[in-house]
Amino acid sequence: MSLSPDEASRFAHLLSSKAEPLAARWAELVAAGLRGRLSSAELRRQTSELQRAFQQAFDAGATDLTSEAAAELRAQLDELSTNRARQGFTATETAISVYAFKEATLEILGSVDDATTLRDYVAFSGFVDRAALFTFDSYVRVRESLIADQAEQLLELSTPVVKLWEGVVAVPLVGTLDSARAQVVMERLLQTLVDTGSPYAIIDITGVPAVDTQVAQHILKTVVAARLMGADCIISGIRPQIAQTIVALGIEFGDIATKASLADALRYVISQNKRAGR
Amino acid sequence: MERVPVLKIGDILLVSIQIDMEDQVALQLQEDLADKIVATGTHGVIIDISALDIVDSFVGRTLATIASVSRVLDAETVVVGMRPAVAITLVELGLSLPGIRTALNVELGIAMIGTRDLSGLLDDEDEDEPDQAAVTAP
Repeated sequence: MSLSPDEASRFAHLLSSKAEPLAARWAELVAAGLRGRLSSAELRRQTSELQRAFQQAFDAGATDLTSEAAAELRAQLDELSTNRARQGFTATETAISVYAFKEATLEILGSVDDATTLRDYVAFSGFVDRAALFTFDSYVRVRESLIADQAEQLLELSTPVVKLWEGVVAVPLVGTLDSARAQVVMERLLQTLVDTGSPYAIIDITGVPAVDTQVAQHILKTVVAARLMGADCIISGIRPQIAQTIVALGIEFGDIATKASLADALRYVISQNKRAGR
Repeated sequence: MERVPVLKIGDILLVSIQIDMEDQVALQLQEDLADKIVATGTHGVIIDISALDIVDSFVGRTLATIASVSRVLDAETVVVGMRPAVAITLVELGLSLPGIRTALNVELGIAMIGTRDLSGLLDDEDEDEPDQAAVTAP
């Protein structure tokens, strides 16, 4: 359901003639919903900007939110929901910022007694609904991109490869090890081995809350890949419960050296180094 | 057909593979290397695969065969410079290349062969010394 050009122009007129009280009432309604988390001056600025955008869109003969004339309005709505999403408001609080426009307009219109005004208002209401839905869409889009960014940052942050000694690098694993993270850890460790020419790597799993068959599989793959490249891996930081789980699950680490603590692993590597005469 | 050059450096044969390892190239390398080990009498072979993007199961098996043949001819083979991506692919394929010794780079590979030769030399000296003493004593 879209606005007819007549309805649009009538509303453009209404919005321009009652601009001040409408924006003020709108800001009040939004403020009630947000419980004082944004200053009234800030809200007032936002509502009058939005109102101007609506007015311009109607002036330009926008009958639908997707039309060319409403481009400026869409940009404004997009900006509003982006800000709301970044400031941590809920989806409802964001949508209400637009829906309140309908309520404010109805109050300004006063009592609706003739059928023309009522029909106008229903068409206008549909337009605002679509605007609110658009807001909701961009809100979700912003939140999703935020989540994706954070997941990526987490991936980057949680897998450092540190040099522990001459020819020894260590990966302190922290957090649950899923396939994606295991892949990142494996790639980064192997690349570091090449870059530093370290023949020993220590994988420390002190920070891994649980080791199941899948996690063990990932660690084993990393160790085998490192061996193929000519480096030896030692697994350290195995807590008592984890050792029991590993045995209970029947996971075989084969001839891979496992140590209880990182210190033990380092001592072992240094003694191996001495024996090899390096 | 392209051939992979086999270079003799000191007591080591160095093979640096810079071209795509097609099956024929791999087989040719296997023959060339066996000939060269016998001709030069070296005890160490280093195969550098740092330029290889792809190592398939056939190349993997050929490398294993080369290592076995060299061992029969009393030469130790070390495969060096495998790229991380290659190692990950081999692991995913379930090929762990048993029987092949590996090192991160040529330097560490030479060190690996060097330590063995050095220990061999030291053992020889230990054996030689009493003989020399016996000869010079009278």
